[in-house]
Amino acid sequence: MVTLAPVEPDPVRPAAGGRRSGTGRLAALLVSPTLLVLGLVVAYPILSAIRLSLFQRNDGIDPETGLRLAGDRFVGLDNFTDMFTGDTASRFLNALGNTTSFTVVAVSIEVVIGVLMALVMHRAFRGRALVRAAILVPWAVPTAIAGLLWRWIFQADGVANDLLPGPPVLWTTDGAQAWFAVVIADTWKTAPFIGLLVLAGLQVISSEIYEAARLDGAGPWRTFFSITLPLVKPTLLVAVLFRVLDTLRMFDLPYTLIGPGKNATDTVTVLAFEEAVKFGKYGPASAYAVVLFIYVALVAFVFVRLLGADVFGRSR
Amino acid sequence: MRARYLGIGAIVVYCLAPFYWMLVSSLRRTNDIFDSGPLPDPLSLESYRAAFAAHNGFLRSLLNSFIVAGTTTVLVLIFATFTAYALARLEFRGKGVVLALIIATSMFPGISLLVPLLQLFSQIGWINTYQAMIVPNIGGVLPLAVWNLTAFFRQMPSELEEAAQIDGCTPTGAFRRVILPLAAPGVFTTAIITFIAAWNEFIIALSVVNDNTLKTAPVITSQFTGTTTFDSPFGTQMAAGVIVTIPLVILVLLFQRRIVTGLTAGGVK
Amino acid sequence: MVSSRLTVPRAVLAAALVFGVAACGSDSGGGAAPPGPAALDGVGPISLVTGKDTSGNLQNQVDEWNSAHPDQKVTVIELPEDADAQRQQMVQNAQTGSATYGVLNLDVVWTAEFAANQWITQLPDAEFPLDKLLPETVETGKYFKHLYAVPITSDGGLLYYRKDLLDAAGLKPPTTWAEMAQDCAKVLPSNPGVSCYAGQFEKYEGLTVNFSEAVNSAGGSVVGDDGKPTLNTDGARKGLQFLVDGVKSGEIPQKARTFKEEEGRRAFQAGELLFHRQWPYQYAKASATDGSSTVAGKFAVAPLPGLDGPGASSLGGHNYAISAFTKNKKTALEFIKYSASEDQQRKNLEKTSQAPTWAGLYDDQALVAKFPYLTVLKKSIENARKRPAVVKYQEVSQAIQDAAYAAMSGATPVDQALQSLQGKLETLTK
Repeated sequence: MVTLAPVEPDPVRPAAGGRRSGTGRLAALLVSPTLLVLGLVVAYPILSAIRLSLFQRNDGIDPETGLRLAGDRFVGLDNFTDMFTGDTASRFLNALGNTTSFTVVAVSIEVVIGVLMALVMHRAFRGRALVRAAILVPWAVPTAIAGLLWRWIFQADGVANDLLPGPPVLWTTDGAQAWFAVVIADTWKTAPFIGLLVLAGLQVISSEIYEAARLDGAGPWRTFFSITLPLVKPTLLVAVLFRVLDTLRMFDLPYTLIGPGKNATDTVTVLAFEEAVKFGKYGPASAYAVVLFIYVALVAFVFVRLLGADVFGRSR
Repeated sequence: MRARYLGIGAIVVYCLAPFYWMLVSSLRRTNDIFDSGPLPDPLSLESYRAAFAAHNGFLRSLLNSFIVAGTTTVLVLIFATFTAYALARLEFRGKGVVLALIIATSMFPGISLLVPLLQLFSQIGWINTYQAMIVPNIGGVLPLAVWNLTAFFRQMPSELEEAAQIDGCTPTGAFRRVILPLAAPGVFTTAIITFIAAWNEFIIALSVVNDNTLKTAPVITSQFTGTTTFDSPFGTQMAAGVIVTIPLVILVLLFQRRIVTGLTAGGVK
Repeated sequence: MVSSRLTVPRAVLAAALVFGVAACGSDSGGGAAPPGPAALDGVGPISLVTGKDTSGNLQNQVDEWNSAHPDQKVTVIELPEDADAQRQQMVQNAQTGSATYGVLNLDVVWTAEFAANQWITQLPDAEFPLDKLLPETVETGKYFKHLYAVPITSDGGLLYYRKDLLDAAGLKPPTTWAEMAQDCAKVLPSNPGVSCYAGQFEKYEGLTVNFSEAVNSAGGSVVGDDGKPTLNTDGARKGLQFLVDGVKSGEIPQKARTFKEEEGRRAFQAGELLFHRQWPYQYAKASATDGSSTVAGKFAVAPLPGLDGPGASSLGGHNYAISAFTKNKKTALEFIKYSASEDQQRKNLEKTSQAPTWAGLYDDQALVAKFPYLTVLKKSIENARKRPAVVKYQEVSQAIQDAAYAAMSGATPVDQALQSLQGKLETLTK
């Protein structure tokens, strides 16, 4: 809080316009490249998606030539109401449910595994460097490649079924097992990210606190729940927030691992992609994206507001 | 003690087993690719030869990936350092809006930016160019980089730079001579995170480029074709996957300490 | 001091503020130009965009062309093996108006969509020897009576069967589904590890093909001659019932529901299937004697069986079309003529075992001796049915896959699946 106190203009140096306006100009200079890029590749597309979500493509074909009629027509909020009441409602609501269930379950598992990883990486022992590197490997594997890899593993005659007892599980069909396959792959890929951030949080806890706890006779569990967890909570919340936002927008894994059009694993982003790229319906596709955006924003809001996730460390 | 090593072992196996399977599969002959033994028998580099076969353009795609990820990393670091410094250290009007914008842009589903971006890039003639991959990449990674660096700068004692300013440094001078050198570890960590994210980007690179000589390695890998129309060349894909992943694994191996300390010293408290 | 607690509402506000200015990004397409015999001019280098080149012969063809036309070089651009991904790349190329793609190697079912959207150029009929090609295949290149694409290869489903096992039991290849089931009942008990029948049942285009074949083979149709869906008929019901009963009884193994072409081929080559519905390309692969196939020399092909007699395949294959956005359309036209010629098709068949579209080749004794399945294949193609030629083919196919997949997994009763499919297709083909 103190760090943000503005520096008073220095009377000794007659800087033109005083330091404050110099600071403002400097800040503008420093911030503008970022805003420019974000404006071009993120803000512009978002706004154009919002605009598109109010239109639908003309549907008919010319009865003489068979050519498709050109142009879009304004449909107001039809794309949005269709999502909840129209023919596509069940598909959309199902996808929204999958998106949510993936997020809740996958992120929960990732938190448990990630914290375990952090605790392991935090300890001093021989070969720690190698263990750390091993933990970071899944995070480094490109998602597109990870999708191919897990598809390979989860094939009907793949290695997952070879290792498991009983009749082969048809992972890549539709149903609970497909949903689990996605959760497993996602957890593997991203638990290290949480582990990494939590580890960073662990390292700033001073060893004296642990020492004191030990002297008070606290056991390892007690220490973990009374000291470690509360102290890494701010870090953990931010890590979880990032993961939640990412998982809500998950696309690659359900798409490459299971394939589109499956009830158990279609997420909102998969629907949006299919509508846009496969069926060329940019209006509904953009509407899906906008609704998801609002959903994500709400979740972020809840995190920041209610749980006090301190994203930019401002309230410190 | 034994329990802990067991735990460590379990985590290492969990992390490495799928990657190991990729490695083993890539070293089998095409005809044995469905074996499930733990070691390739006999060992064969057939898949690697196939991956590097000239018609795949895999080597070229590795170069493209380096160009795209490298340029992205450099530019992201410059932009993010500037912005993060301003956010962490300077008081200016509209700061809240800037923060809000940066966060908001990171919340939109990336997949939905695709269609507008495609339309935009085709209008300005960016289809089949490096910048069409680099600029969206920058946009994708910037929020995380800004976040990381802002927290890092905030962590550094402000007395330093106040002292520098009293000594007659302008804010620019204070930033260059005092802050930047101190921020090196955080910048380094951010660089690695950025590079990995940029190296892994897939869907934009897949869509804005259809000229094979410009495609990045993950895209080329996913598009490897087998020997017939319907053939899915698992072995070749696994080999290419190993090669694409290895630069990152080496980065991680070499710099794991710095990645961790970089995050610790600044990124997250 | 500003708290981070404000960031999210501000984000929303910020987005809302800028939105007011956003209407400038307008981007509707141009007006529909009337089609006509547009002049195909422009000479120079072009690209040929295609899925995987089989057996490397495409490069031979292209090299031969290039050495004869050094100033009109053709470059091959290979797309992923997955048909959906190929189509997606071609559509994106068209939507960005990119001149990168020249000649497009289109799946037969994409013609209507590409033509209606004017992504491909109308072709002059007179330039091509259409009367020498199989009429069924030429039909797939037409849209609203105009030619948009020229058939280069055809494809028809075949029933691959284990000749060794049938011979051992003194059986002939089945012509009906009932016979097929009887054969399985006789052969399978003494051959553990072998399943009765599989096709392509993963939820993708292959399922549309297999569903349509089942319906056609039961005497029904997916879409009638007037373009209206006909799934409320007895034939359609019996067709789907065949697939559903197969899964239920285990004649179709459970894991076949994850089969695309390659998964099925591997199962057949590993000796796990007695009967397999597959395209001609499997013939060469399953005959390989390098150890990759355990059934080399032990199998043969027959026409697909049906409900009361031989069934009807779905018509597959690929046509060449000219991207509307390429500059050198004259070169593209000449290259298509070259590729469709008898000489090139013969070479292609010899090298790749792909089904040609040049009718005469099927009766060439030398070729028949070399490719014994040609006779069966020609019959399969002649009896084959087109999949619906509609602009919204992707949505039609998706609806078919939804219905068939749900029914085969047991989630939806057959009647209900067909009823809802009929409703969806009525909307889509309106």
